[in-house]
Amino acid sequence: MAEAKLRASDGTHQSNLDPSRSFQGLIFAMQQYWANWGCVILQPYDMEVGAGTFHPATTLRALGPKPWNAAYVQPSRRPKDGRYGENPNRLQHYYQFQVILKPSPPDIQDLYLSSLKAIGIDPEIHDIRFVEDDWESPTLGAWGLGWECWCDGMEVSQFTYFQQVAGFECSPVAGELTYGLERLAMYVQGVDNAFALNFNGRDDDKKVTYGDVFLQAEQEYSRHNFEFADTAMLFEQFKMAEAACQKYLGAGWANGKKQRHLMALPAYDQCIKASHVFNLLDARGVISATERQSYILRVRELAKACGEAWLATEGGGAASVAR
Amino acid sequence: MPDLLLEFLSEEIPARMQARAVEDLRKLITDRLVAAGLVYEGAKAFATPRRLALSVRGVPARQPDIKEEKKGPRVGAPDGAIAGFLKAARLKSIKEAKVQADKKGDFYLAVIDRRGRPAIDVIAEMIPEVAQTFPWPKSMRWGSGRFNWVRPLHSIVATFGPETEEPEIVRFEIDGIKSGDQTRGHRFMAPAPFTVRRFDDYVAKLENAKVVLDPARRADMILADAKNLAFAQGYELVEDEGLLAEVAGLVEWPVTLMGTFNETFLAIPGEVIRATIHNNQKCFVLRDTQTTKLINKFILVANEEAADGGKAIIAGNERVIRARLSDAKFFYETDLKMRLEDRLPKFNQIVFHEKLGTQADRITRIMALAGQLAPIVGADRVNAERAAQLCKADLLTEVVGEFPELQGLMGRYYAEAQNEDEEIARACEDHYKPKGPDDLVPADPVSVVVALADKIDTLAGFWVIDEKPTGSKDPYALRRAALGVIRIVVDNRLRLPLKKVFQKVIKKSSASNDLLAFFVDRLKVQLREQGARHDLVDAVFALEGQDDLLMIVQRVDALGKFLDSDDGKNLLAGYKRATNIIRIEEKKDKRHYTAAPDTKRYQLPEEKALADAIVVAKKEASSAVDKEDFAAAMRAMARLRPRVDAFFDEVTVNVDDKDLRENRLKLLNQIREATRAVADFSKIEG
Repeated sequence: MAEAKLRASDGTHQSNLDPSRSFQGLIFAMQQYWANWGCVILQPYDMEVGAGTFHPATTLRALGPKPWNAAYVQPSRRPKDGRYGENPNRLQHYYQFQVILKPSPPDIQDLYLSSLKAIGIDPEIHDIRFVEDDWESPTLGAWGLGWECWCDGMEVSQFTYFQQVAGFECSPVAGELTYGLERLAMYVQGVDNAFALNFNGRDDDKKVTYGDVFLQAEQEYSRHNFEFADTAMLFEQFKMAEAACQKYLGAGWANGKKQRHLMALPAYDQCIKASHVFNLLDARGVISATERQSYILRVRELAKACGEAWLATEGGGAASVAR
Repeated sequence: MPDLLLEFLSEEIPARMQARAVEDLRKLITDRLVAAGLVYEGAKAFATPRRLALSVRGVPARQPDIKEEKKGPRVGAPDGAIAGFLKAARLKSIKEAKVQADKKGDFYLAVIDRRGRPAIDVIAEMIPEVAQTFPWPKSMRWGSGRFNWVRPLHSIVATFGPETEEPEIVRFEIDGIKSGDQTRGHRFMAPAPFTVRRFDDYVAKLENAKVVLDPARRADMILADAKNLAFAQGYELVEDEGLLAEVAGLVEWPVTLMGTFNETFLAIPGEVIRATIHNNQKCFVLRDTQTTKLINKFILVANEEAADGGKAIIAGNERVIRARLSDAKFFYETDLKMRLEDRLPKFNQIVFHEKLGTQADRITRIMALAGQLAPIVGADRVNAERAAQLCKADLLTEVVGEFPELQGLMGRYYAEAQNEDEEIARACEDHYKPKGPDDLVPADPVSVVVALADKIDTLAGFWVIDEKPTGSKDPYALRRAALGVIRIVVDNRLRLPLKKVFQKVIKKSSASNDLLAFFVDRLKVQLREQGARHDLVDAVFALEGQDDLLMIVQRVDALGKFLDSDDGKNLLAGYKRATNIIRIEEKKDKRHYTAAPDTKRYQLPEEKALADAIVVAKKEASSAVDKEDFAAAMRAMARLRPRVDAFFDEVTVNVDDKDLRENRLKLLNQIREATRAVADFSKIEG
């Protein structure tokens, strides 16, 4: 659908934006589809996160009574998944396309299937399946039920009904759709190696591949993540982020009654920071199995406290209270 | 009589939950029907990925009328008692009650004359109740609702009526969803709503709408189609019941297709290919009918008849499987590049258990123990130690990281690849056995040694740090480990002095004794399950120093056979008689008669004869026990029987002569002592 509209408005560059030929075209089609439906199209959050879920537009906005519909691309960093650019589909930095719909609309599954159509996956000839996958994020104190969505045997998305975030029950329930963009693009472009993806949809001398954009970064960051990331600094950063988060949370309460919070978002940034620093330390292999558990717990405590603070903000649906 | 049709249409229900949900739905509704006096003729429930359905045949149209009398308090009873009675009998005022007289005076009587309600009304109340409390293993909320279901619920069909008439809709509402008579077909192939009346047309219309309701039929269809596809090309399907059930729970309209992967992947061990294709892709693998080796084909089950005949679906699945097998091949080849022993240093960084050190510590302990056990088992010591050293190394390989269920097997392959002795390679796989009550027990000496060392080290470790299993909690599967040791020892007829072995690995004797007691308990459970009498087990355990599992088992066996014979039964009777007398007299006299009798005080020939027989029986039984011939020991005991019988026939124990009485009691005690050569008869019942 999205593609047809593009074609009608601009005949010359249509093929460059064809989602089955162009990585960025796929992103545009996805954004257009969800924008048409009524989502706020956000830009990526400007911090390192492990998944689109960490974006405050999902984690925090999933909490509280207010309706919220948003979609965005989120660069996601998983330091441990780096393979020095040598594995065709494991990357330490990749893109997720994230959709959050609160309350989850009754036709959310149909919306999802139509979004696949919009990028050229036709359920008439493809086998699309919803396979059980319960989602849990120990660091965010969050869980939900849903599926992995399979297209001809390949997992192309995660579909989750949030039941709890930051230790708080989600009511109403938000539906979260997470598309692994590289995987999806590999599927529609018919390539087996992420680095071979056509990024800009050109086939001439202006063609840019995913590898042209990201291969060097994968090599450098893998080196960094596994071998050189400064662990002394990171341990320090973890402590600092944790302390800052707690400090902002403490200072943010408008009064002693804990009815209104004025700094939930900055505090949450520090929680995100701590989480990413932990992931880096984990990739460096300097955290033992038992310590690992306690670090996860510490981040979760921050996330929970941020959730509590968020629920005392306007965005979190708290009634206005005189300062 | 009317039939009930019920369908919950929802978003995709996890395959693993469907079978249980079918059972629960049928039971919850039919139990309530029966409780409401609506005794039905038959009920059957079904599940597809999107629906849970129930058909109940032959439900009475009305509940039976109920007439009952409820006796109340006496006339003039306190207000509280009267109020309670009114409430219980559902009366508005005491005037509605009758007054009747009995011997004690007048009392109230409520005559309850309840007309049965129409079944449809009762069912309309019942279904929401069942839905609200449905025992899904995990359920969720969605949108703005508060209702819990396994995944969002979209519509409910509920019709009720006799075969000859248009059925009625059972009217109710759950979280804003009104019951009706409309459902939908296959998500992609027939999404339009349609009306259903009763079970027969429901099933037929679903089938038209590309939905096979019965999971067993879907499984049969898949299996038949898969076998045919395989057969047509001269192959054979590698069947897998669990996978079949799962796949049948993932599709409403099974379409079985065959795909191919590159032959070069067949260089990977078959188990790895199978795990990759089964676990990750939920597809079946095929083997060559002649060689029984896997071939480069797989069977996939799609959920629809695709417009292009399945070309895109096959191509897509082939790509995913190619990628998965490439990963597997890469893992396998990477693994082969490193020798198992070179992986070991990494175990220094892996904590086995906070209080039990690293995996490396554990491997060192297992090696040491294997070295000690090797001579006992008759295994080559060098090979046993080598096997113990290498047996865990595959845990650090990529393939096992990906497919933990292949642990052991991969160790064997990698050991073979690096030309280890065959018995070392085999031990890498077999030392995990037996993994459960139905698993085979290792028989090869080196495998036996490593299997024992591994299990005993685990048990000893957790006993030392006092993390023993309690009640239903056994997170480290220690009961299974102990049972494994028992089966290995008994099946291989090994002489393993457990106490000595435990003392070597556990410093604290209390912990070591406690572990031995744990083994005794497990052995009891095991023997009992095999049909041995628990009292015989106790009778043998009550003897001192029983730590040799094989001897215990053989002794229990011999004792059981002995007690089944007449000699055994009579000797036991004589023993009981003797001990009863002693017990009573000892209590009376407040003293024990455990000292040896004085041979000079024997008066009657039967006394002397018994005393002599005891000496002989004791000697013979002990020497037979020393030779581990328990049957012979029992036979020696059996020879006591006529002497015991004769003693009781001819000799009076409680005579006036105090010294004589004492000596006779001491002689009786000798019977007790003698039998202890084979078992503690006091523990034997009957």
